Amino acid sequence: MIEFEPLWLTLKLAFVTTLILLFISVPLAWWLAYKKNNFKTVIEAVVSMPLVLPPSVIGFYLLLAFSPSNAFGKMLEDYFDIRLAFSFPGLVIASVIYSLPFMVHPVHSGFVSLSPNLREASYSLGKTKWQTLFHVLLPNAKSSLLSGIVLTFAHTIGEFGVVLMIGGNIPGQTKVASIAIYDEVETMNYDAANTYAFILFLSAFIILLTLYLVNRRFDKIKFYD
Amino acid sequence: MIEFSLQKKLHAVTGNMLFDISFNIKQGSFIGIYGASGVGKTSLLRMLAGFLAPEKGFIKVSGNDWYNSTKKINLAPQKRSIGFVFQDYALFPNMTVRENLAYSLDKTTNPAIIGELLSFVELDQLKDRKIQTLSGGQKQRVALARALVRKPDLLLLDEPLSALDSELREKLQQLILQMHSQFNLTTILVSHDISEMTRLADEIIFLKDGLVEKSGSPAAMFTVQKSKDIMRLRGIVMEKPDQNSICLLVGKEMVEFELSENEIMHLQKGDNVLVSIQAFKTCIDKIK
Repeated sequence: MIEFEPLWLTLKLAFVTTLILLFISVPLAWWLAYKKNNFKTVIEAVVSMPLVLPPSVIGFYLLLAFSPSNAFGKMLEDYFDIRLAFSFPGLVIASVIYSLPFMVHPVHSGFVSLSPNLREASYSLGKTKWQTLFHVLLPNAKSSLLSGIVLTFAHTIGEFGVVLMIGGNIPGQTKVASIAIYDEVETMNYDAANTYAFILFLSAFIILLTLYLVNRRFDKIKFYD
Repeated sequence: MIEFSLQKKLHAVTGNMLFDISFNIKQGSFIGIYGASGVGKTSLLRMLAGFLAPEKGFIKVSGNDWYNSTKKINLAPQKRSIGFVFQDYALFPNMTVRENLAYSLDKTTNPAIIGELLSFVELDQLKDRKIQTLSGGQKQRVALARALVRKPDLLLLDEPLSALDSELREKLQQLILQMHSQFNLTTILVSHDISEMTRLADEIIFLKDGLVEKSGSPAAMFTVQKSKDIMRLRGIVMEKPDQNSICLLVGKEMVEFELSENEIMHLQKGDNVLVSIQAFKTCIDKIK
């Protein structure tokens, strides 16, 4: 039989990553959608980089950065006693970077598709930017927000290259389900690999199916005629 | 008293344009801003609201600086006492009618105003309905009521009725007038409907290419001067049944006039005309 630890670790990683990305991406998407700034295009490109770069490239650079033999990694170890390479926190940071566009893009397009007048109407009623964000923008872009959450979660579950580079294969710490499959295949243990693979396959399908069903319900409640 | 002088380079459809408008508005007056599309009507409204930053100038409302480029003051829209009504209503779809109004309450406002305003715009019955279930006219009533919750000094209306049919429009014009007087508002209306302007505004500002072309009372602004006329009507030529008569659409009515041949020979179907009736004599002049 298979161990459940890799599956549990995968869920934990996906959950923590999604939560962190939610806090980072909403303000970032807001800034990209509404601020005029020459620097914005650069940020947009950087956010989208994980879509086109091979995961091994991101993993490689993060590994270099986290390594105690380099400045950043040494500083973390000397001053904070943290080692990110081959650890769960390192895995989380890598996943946050790798899945960033999957959260930022849907939320950004959700904001852009709202009438700019909604925001200005809220300002004219004396409401601050934060009040407007939480009471007007996010509730009216909730299907985009849901898409972002679900895609990030599912994408983190499916992560392999980055995890392998930065996390390695430490049971209970960095050995997530996708790594476990690879591991079982390497040792010719096809039954166990099959079980892991099937569980991931099924959960990906269920997650996406739920997303589309919920979004169809949102669509039925038409916002504007 | 609202005084402003605003300058900004704007990118209009016809190319770059220097927006330079100064005007003084008396407390309690109803100002209409008229002009073709792209002359800066909406930009003016947006600058007054604080949505669009001018490059130079000032806005002073009852002695307070809302904007002043030399003193480097630019109040955020939240800090300006305004109500803004958009052409597309801009109601919050995630809230009910009542919630849309209640959203704008702050600590200093008495919540009783919500009920008052809802009955004022005759929407008591619909207060728990979601916005998307309302008709266009009902939506605009909600938007007008919402703009008044905070009792603004200045009500800004950006073509609020242009998406509605003419019957609804007249009803809502009446409502806007009542609001204006009952709530002691200073109101600025952008519109390109002459009849709406004439009915609502005490003073019209004519904009052309980012500048004030002229200003004055609606009667002075929208009539072509000709002495001794007793009554003037605007109309459109619909038909010329024979050489001595002409059918005009005046308001919603078709009217037939008997005139001499040489008076109507130069008029064609679709011409905008001004009908002036002096003692027993009708005169029709082409104006556009």
